[in-house]
Amino acid sequence: MQRRHFLQTTAAATVLPTLLGGLPISAHGFAPNLFELTGGATQTDRVLVIIQLTGGNDGLNTIIPLDQYTNLMRARANVAIAQNRVLPLRGATGIHPAMVKVKNLFDNGQIGIVQNVGYPEANGSHFQSTDTWTSAADSNVLLPSGWGGRYLNNEYPGFPVDYPNAQAPHPLAITIGSVASNVVQGPVINMGMAINSTSSFQQLLTGSVDTAPNTLAGHELTFIRQMVRQTDVYSTTLQQAAARAQNLSPLYPTAGVNELADQLKIVAQLVAGGLQTRVYVCSLGGFDTHSSQVDTGDGNTTGEHAKLLSLISVALDAFQDDLRRLRVQDRVVGMTFSEFGRRMVSNSAKGTDHGEAGPMIVFGTSVNPIIHGPNPTIPADATFVDNLPMQIDFRSVYASILKDWFQVPQATINALLPSSVGQFPYVPVIRQGTVTGSTPAAELEVTGFSVFPNPARERATATFECQGGHVQMVLRDVVGREVRRVLDRAMPQGQCQVPVDVSGLKAGLYYCHVREGQRVSARSLSVL
Amino acid sequence: MNRRTFLRKPAAPVAALFERPAAGSDQSPGKGETVNTIANKELPTAPRSLAGIAPYTGPWGPVQAAHLLRRATFGSSRDEINTAASQSLTQVLDRLFTAPATPEPPVIGFSGDPDFPFGSQFVTGNIEGWTARCSLRAWWMGLMLKDTSLVEKMTLFWHNHFVVLIDTDAGILNSRFGYRYVALLREQALGNFKQLAKDVTIEPAMLSFLNGTDNSADAPNENYGRELLELFTIGKGRIIGPGNYTTYTESDVQAAARVLTGWQYSEENINSFFTESRHEPGPKQFSSAFGNRVITNQGDQEYKTLIDLIFDRPETAAFLVRKLYRWFIYYVIDATTEANVIQPLAAQLRQNGYNVAPVLRTLLASEHFFDAVNIGCMIKSPMDFVLGTLRQMSVALPPESELEPSYNCWYALVDSAERMQQFIGNPPNVAGWPAYWQTPQYYEMWINAMTLRWRNEYTNELSSNYGYVVIVNGVSYPLKIEIIEWVQSLPAATAADCNLLILELVKQLLPFPLTANQLTFLNDTLLPGLPDFEWTVEWQDFLSDPNDMAKRNAVDSKLRAVLRQIMGLAEYHLA
Repeated sequence: MQRRHFLQTTAAATVLPTLLGGLPISAHGFAPNLFELTGGATQTDRVLVIIQLTGGNDGLNTIIPLDQYTNLMRARANVAIAQNRVLPLRGATGIHPAMVKVKNLFDNGQIGIVQNVGYPEANGSHFQSTDTWTSAADSNVLLPSGWGGRYLNNEYPGFPVDYPNAQAPHPLAITIGSVASNVVQGPVINMGMAINSTSSFQQLLTGSVDTAPNTLAGHELTFIRQMVRQTDVYSTTLQQAAARAQNLSPLYPTAGVNELADQLKIVAQLVAGGLQTRVYVCSLGGFDTHSSQVDTGDGNTTGEHAKLLSLISVALDAFQDDLRRLRVQDRVVGMTFSEFGRRMVSNSAKGTDHGEAGPMIVFGTSVNPIIHGPNPTIPADATFVDNLPMQIDFRSVYASILKDWFQVPQATINALLPSSVGQFPYVPVIRQGTVTGSTPAAELEVTGFSVFPNPARERATATFECQGGHVQMVLRDVVGREVRRVLDRAMPQGQCQVPVDVSGLKAGLYYCHVREGQRVSARSLSVL
Repeated sequence: MNRRTFLRKPAAPVAALFERPAAGSDQSPGKGETVNTIANKELPTAPRSLAGIAPYTGPWGPVQAAHLLRRATFGSSRDEINTAASQSLTQVLDRLFTAPATPEPPVIGFSGDPDFPFGSQFVTGNIEGWTARCSLRAWWMGLMLKDTSLVEKMTLFWHNHFVVLIDTDAGILNSRFGYRYVALLREQALGNFKQLAKDVTIEPAMLSFLNGTDNSADAPNENYGRELLELFTIGKGRIIGPGNYTTYTESDVQAAARVLTGWQYSEENINSFFTESRHEPGPKQFSSAFGNRVITNQGDQEYKTLIDLIFDRPETAAFLVRKLYRWFIYYVIDATTEANVIQPLAAQLRQNGYNVAPVLRTLLASEHFFDAVNIGCMIKSPMDFVLGTLRQMSVALPPESELEPSYNCWYALVDSAERMQQFIGNPPNVAGWPAYWQTPQYYEMWINAMTLRWRNEYTNELSSNYGYVVIVNGVSYPLKIEIIEWVQSLPAATAADCNLLILELVKQLLPFPLTANQLTFLNDTLLPGLPDFEWTVEWQDFLSDPNDMAKRNAVDSKLRAVLRQIMGLAEYHLA
């Protein structure tokens, strides 16, 4: 048959939505962008788990500035957590008591907190702000693709034609939950496979479909659903991965109790089962707490928001425990994000309205287990419309993860995260020793590292246990810029004491980073 | 040139009154066509309707109107459905049976080929070739896209019935014949089956396609005579003896071929003509299946006598009614349906001298048609799918005054449907698309790994914010669903309520309601993790400043996500 293509149409973006539980599951393509992100180019086995907290999480009731309590109570007495109920993390920073398991993870070096994350010219619309966070565009720019999706699209032009293939047999990204994440949306198609619900995951594994009524229409519906299932190009690889590993942690709640834990459980199983997928996107909704975010009494520690934070806390704890038992813990890091924080000043309905900056939680044995950035400052005269200002652009976190976790060249990162503000400052959310090596987390710290006095004026002292070799020690500001080089030479084995000159530095929070071979540690240092 | 592209197998011992064509080894499957392994191994046994052809008197509203319009046309906009629901069934049928004016013939719709001047007439001139046939196909698609009567759906029915392939090496390769053929089908779309059979018999396209032009007294060619009996009129029954198919015999095929000798086509005059000297003058003896009738020499009028002879048989009426049934209702015809629907309609068809419109009207107005079990059980053909998506969501194409963009966009639709294995002008063989005869799979033939991909890609592109882009001379013409405008056309209170809005979309796009779980999922697609009122907030925020691109994009992307999900449902493939 003669076929002359005199018509030009858009590139055949072969999307293959399939059905899970009678609902479409978009087994999207693999666009060039995500390949390098997912390590196709560098052959990494590292995994990034992104947890989207939809609705706008109230950061001030999650990571709590203990040094701001007077003004905090002034601003939001009807929702603020009673000060004596806040769990201290480090310094003057505390955490909601519902997140006790996250605090324990923090103490065990598996949690980092990035404070006051946002973007310039914040937008109060859920939709628009979510689009900004997932696209990683400037807030006044419409970018229909996601930051992860763009990355894959550049690496793998032509996806999804001829995918899966021998080099990329598995989905590049998997979204779990009904939110079809834009994070991995490519310029043309989504780069991720979506699993709509945990029950649809079970259907995927068993090859079953939702039952339809015993009618003519039901007969044809069942046929189409089965056909869709059969043509899902990734169902077999998912089934195989799931068959190779079982979740080992007893800490997971019963299925259906904790939506996020159910999702992370799937992630752990697939990672342990050898799925080469590098990016997983999970989600938990309900953070749009305009009213009744706390119950009356008990120091405002209970209520809807506390329940949500508890879900996160329990889920992360079980997930980390499972990863450890499955011996894949050092391959996985994750982070939470939410489209915005909430107002400093609460409303009369015991709720909080759409705000701006908020904290991100990074988790995993390979994260830098510190608190990045200072506590937010609550003015004494905060009004209802005042917002917490952004101090760290969320794209700094993305860029740093791309750089340190997936070894993406800086030039590529700059191209992936286009912005009028230029290259984003570095935030060391990944523990330095893990950036290039595979040293177990336990051996990564520089032993006995501390900096004192803290806060310091003019001069501080750093001490550490030296193994004998080249040591580099630098001071960085909260966005990662190097402001002082303290040490850069060979040091003898044994206890070392080094003066740290902080004279002339602007008052504020800094980080003192020390690196000796693969070992890296960082401590915060307040300069007066 | 033997146009018979399939082999016959011995009749299977089935209850069917006639044998269906069987796919054979020399049948060339469509591009990428595969028969999937999940499709029916035997006909489904789900309960059928007991209702007959008595006029439907039950509830009349958007559900019934949408069902009627989905089957009788290639899908309808929300306005069209609401209008129909506000009228009576009689009024709606009156309109469906009112044929639009005969369309202007096609012109060369594509530029750049010096042999085919852009915009020139070709259906009566000397221009002939591939570009002309593409123009014909695009023009035909354009007519189907805009027709709101029954005419185009019936024109396609006749194309699938009196099959001619207009553009393959095996086809007629003559766009002027192709145009004549299509125009004839359209003219008789709601007309008289018997007359159409007579006209088609001496139509140049058919004389070319099934070798009638080679059929002479000295060198008989049975190709057309055989298909006339087996596929076009009386149909093949069970084999009850050597060369005896119950409804006709091999000797009847030979006799019919001799009746038809002498007809040829002229490429120069674009017509057919009769040559007495090529015609077999002797008597033609027919078998007992035709009452042992003899047709004597009547020259150029003799073919009409043959058609009359065949149409005197009641099996001919029943054969056509079954094909109409499978075109409009469902593919399983059980004994009850045969007794309550097929036979009464066949009697009506015979009694009124084979006028199709009254029979169709009886069918589309019947209790049987509106029985709930017959709603949503048809798998959309590629034409239904491609055209229906555009029509249901009122997708705008370039104005017809912009000739080249129009032809290119129409051809893009031809192309899409071809990928889904329905190429207008080129059914896979003389039996038509197997979805209407291949037992036991029938409609399920449309769905396989290849076609599902293309179907999903098509709706994904139409529901995307960049659209299905057709590029003409460097200019992009995106075909895309303007979802914001669609939602704005809803009552304000509906548009501002996420759950009502989702219900409206589901009602417009799917033939039956979704489950509560599915609706919850769609809600979560529109409002990921957010309470319902946030939709109202975002929507009102957009309405307050509709020119703010950021606000527009915020609601647009969420609505498109819902659209993509609904169109990705298995339910979306049903009509």
